[in-house]
Amino acid sequence: MNFVTTIGLEVHVELKTNSKIFSPSPVQFGSEPNANTNVIDWGYPGVLPTPNKGVVEAGIKAATALHADIEHHTYFDRKNYFYPDNPKAYQITQHDKPIAHDGWIEIEVDGKKKKIGIEEMHIEEDAGKNTHESDYSYVDLNRQGTPLIEIVSKPEIASPEEAYAYCEALRQRIQFTGVSDVKMEEGSMRVDVNISIRPAGSDKYGVKTEMKNLNSFNYVRKSLEYEEQRQQRVLMSGGQVQQETRRFDETTGKTILMRVKEGSDDYRYFPEPDIPALNIEDDWIKEVQATIPEMPGSRRERYINEFGLTPYDAGVLTQTKEMSDFFDATVAQGADPKLTSNYLQGDVNAYLNDKKVGLLQTDLTPEHLAGMIKMISDETISSKIAKKVFKAIMAGSEPVKWVNDKGLVQLSDPAKLQPIIDGVLENNQQSIDDFKNGKDRAVGFLVGQIMKQTHGQANPKVVNQLLMTSLKAR
Amino acid sequence: MAEERINADQVQHVAGLAKLEFTPNELETFTGQLEKIIGMFEELSKVDTTDVPATMRLSDDTLREATLREDKAVKSDDQLRRALLNNAPETANGLIKVPTIIDESGDGE
Amino acid sequence: MNYFDQDLTSLHADLVAKKISAVALAKATFENLREIDPKLGAFLNLNEEAALKRAAEIDAKGINPDNIMAGIPVAVKDNIVTKGLTTTAASKMLEHFVPVYDATVVEKMAANDAVIIGKNNMDEFAMGGSTENSAFKVTRNPWDVSRVPGGSSGGSAVAVASGQVPVAFGSDTGGSIRQPSSFNGVVGMKPTYGRVSRWGLIAFASSLDQIGPMTRTVKDNAAALNMIAGYDQHDGTSSKREVPDFTAGLDGNIKGMKIGLPKEYMDEGIDPKVREVINNAVKKFEELGATVEEVSLPNSRYGVSAYYIIASSEASSNLQRFDGIRYGFRADDVKNLEDVYVRSRSEGFGDEVKRRIMLGTFSLSAGYYDAYFHKAGQVRTMIINDFNKVFEDYDMIMGPVAPTPAFKIGDEISDPITMYMNDVLTIPVNLAGLPGMSVPAGFADGLPVGLQLIGKAFDESTLYKAGYAFEQATDVHKQTPKVGGAN
Repeated sequence: MNFVTTIGLEVHVELKTNSKIFSPSPVQFGSEPNANTNVIDWGYPGVLPTPNKGVVEAGIKAATALHADIEHHTYFDRKNYFYPDNPKAYQITQHDKPIAHDGWIEIEVDGKKKKIGIEEMHIEEDAGKNTHESDYSYVDLNRQGTPLIEIVSKPEIASPEEAYAYCEALRQRIQFTGVSDVKMEEGSMRVDVNISIRPAGSDKYGVKTEMKNLNSFNYVRKSLEYEEQRQQRVLMSGGQVQQETRRFDETTGKTILMRVKEGSDDYRYFPEPDIPALNIEDDWIKEVQATIPEMPGSRRERYINEFGLTPYDAGVLTQTKEMSDFFDATVAQGADPKLTSNYLQGDVNAYLNDKKVGLLQTDLTPEHLAGMIKMISDETISSKIAKKVFKAIMAGSEPVKWVNDKGLVQLSDPAKLQPIIDGVLENNQQSIDDFKNGKDRAVGFLVGQIMKQTHGQANPKVVNQLLMTSLKAR
Repeated sequence: MAEERINADQVQHVAGLAKLEFTPNELETFTGQLEKIIGMFEELSKVDTTDVPATMRLSDDTLREATLREDKAVKSDDQLRRALLNNAPETANGLIKVPTIIDESGDGE
Repeated sequence: MNYFDQDLTSLHADLVAKKISAVALAKATFENLREIDPKLGAFLNLNEEAALKRAAEIDAKGINPDNIMAGIPVAVKDNIVTKGLTTTAASKMLEHFVPVYDATVVEKMAANDAVIIGKNNMDEFAMGGSTENSAFKVTRNPWDVSRVPGGSSGGSAVAVASGQVPVAFGSDTGGSIRQPSSFNGVVGMKPTYGRVSRWGLIAFASSLDQIGPMTRTVKDNAAALNMIAGYDQHDGTSSKREVPDFTAGLDGNIKGMKIGLPKEYMDEGIDPKVREVINNAVKKFEELGATVEEVSLPNSRYGVSAYYIIASSEASSNLQRFDGIRYGFRADDVKNLEDVYVRSRSEGFGDEVKRRIMLGTFSLSAGYYDAYFHKAGQVRTMIINDFNKVFEDYDMIMGPVAPTPAFKIGDEISDPITMYMNDVLTIPVNLAGLPGMSVPAGFADGLPVGLQLIGKAFDESTLYKAGYAFEQATDVHKQTPKVGGAN
């Protein structure tokens, strides 16, 4: 029997604002427990939420990146449940009228492009953090009130590969808006998945199972692959898939039953009476949209059409916003785009992988990279010297000054090179004779002598040219 | 509206949602009272509310660009942090301490 | 020292003229309170040490002659948080709770040099109409100590009525300022929703709660509202509209004012003696040159049901934060998290609070939301529309505050529905977010009866103007109660 797979994703993204969504406490990681909290974050008696303009603007940006319709009249709802990391025992979220709906993003699997619909995107508050020990749990409310956007896909993802590609594309687009770091490993992007299968030809969705808080895109793919096959086995053996929440075991690659859902949880959603409805006028939307950085697709086209890069190179450079921004900034300093691309993908990337750091954590600046590349282009330095210069700029040195200080400027001036060549020839009659007798090896020896005398700074091209002329003249 | 307004089982269910518990006697009293009150509420079913929007919040104005809080962070002083922790029934190392959480499923997010 | 012979204007004049100091006034207030209040139980908690210190500071810097509230002793309902001063909302849940911040209204009191004397008893979390739901003490009506003071701001009303303080601040979600004001013969204003910041008011029902002043006279009330009104960045539902001087235009002239008297407010459900007092008040208004005509608020009869669904639903959510984890009561010997929640809440809340939480949780729960919570919201819209229609032709609405005068302690507490029906005349005003004021209008068998004035949104000024004209034309406000009364 053939089955059709339907996958839905709910992705939470933490927004990188200065303050929390409903309180002025800072959004900051790595602080002392409960240091970034105030009476609002603790849900004290008598407190009220004050919505952050920056969060709404981030929502507008994210919605735009997802090609979603922005709701002009939106509001917040309360989702009620008790948990120690949820101080008010309700989460302020958007249930009825999310800030955006009906968007899409494009994914590519095996060279085929496909649009995946976004059902809705809403803004809400994150909870605090619990740590569990044997008899007690400990609550830190620093994360409480951190703004989140939740992006809910339409049930249009048809395979685990597509789910993986969707995560990648989503991460990339959100990252390019600058509203979040979207880092799975730091928890600023969290993915819940659900999957159901049905016999081909049936138009009724099968019963779905859910997996929450997957830690990496790989686990998203692997857990879905496992679940797809498990559900097939259940149906093939005449069984029925249960509506349940399962956990992905990273060591075995299997999913394990956590709990069977009996109907839906009763969160008693209702409109948040403490916050007036939110009107988002067109003028404001336009104003915010004007500040959204260029999206990766547009950057790729620009790199191919304006700079003549290959589609592959353009793709690699637009993987992350920081890489693409760095490339643009370097080229803006006058560096050759192709050389810049080669350096970023080659030496720079190797350095980052070696040191396991991000581009922005290094001492390299676009100005310094451009300075070095310009010296290569105008032959101020040789490619051999460039290796040394690269090390220097990775350590934060200004390349032009560094090259001058070290006296590493390439010697290309014929007027300066000719006397050196003449001197070498005077002392090596044997080599001249060998050359005349057709022994080409002699040229290599002579060049070596000249380079030695110039401490490797002679421009090899110019040396070759001058030497051949001088040899022929003798 | 419901034929049977509310019975003891439903009251138990609602109490579970609200994290309240009742003795058998209390349960009987509460069920009787809630039954009567909800019975009174049923007069609303007589009101024709076709096409009437529901009023869920009252405010003089809607929020818009100019009325939202600017995204500026204000860090609380350490004195407030200490006062907050001091009001908690149990704390340890700057964290709020609670007896073990049995339900691992958490908030059901 | 009691406050029967002096109003804010004369007290202020004495303070400015240094006939009395703020410290002497505060001391005299506590002295009188210690004598009177044991018979009445208006206060839960006194602020004596801090109040005297504050009064001394005010004396030291001098009374600002332009600030009528400077040096004036005031009382605050115990659901308004006061930094460093225990705030319980009359609940075991918060018996030892010391707030770490001040409500905005409390900040305004401090900024205006008012001196907070103490915190008033109330129904637990403001749920009730008799103050019998307090976890801590019984409050008695000074006109007849066997009767309730009304509620939920019963302690505040009694504190003013018995002359212990000239001004008290209460909160009104379904009548909790106006009804006790009516029962105690004082002036109580529930301002328009959004007029006064709710920051620091322990939430009962967020879309209905408002803080307001209770005083012996209309003019004092207007002055007290001047102090606390205005937009607050901490409260997104507070209004940015300009706040007028509510004491302006109190000239006794209401000629030509058009007043609607809803027939639903004068039907057979209302005690005939109360109706008589209201009818006399109508005559007085007509004598003063106003026209009073019968109008209709056809959907107001559904107000009680709509209100108890909406208020209880919001309350069920607002009171979830009392979970024994971050502050307040935690039950002893709890073994696990579920115990912390269930036992702390079951032991910490009283019966009426539990009843409302249960009603609200039920109304919001899956399968019932549409029939109850949403339906109530629609009926609320119809009630608002009824008011809007009347206000197309009338400047103000008037009628009784409560169907009866104060009832006996213990009489109604066991019957929730009877208790809820007492709010029938005050609830529609909260549902519509309008200003409503109770002004002493007369007596029924020696018990005060209040006249309710209802205005257009943000038109408290008209209520004060009308209330002042009426008050000056009668001597009701000059009567004093048995306990605390000077004569």
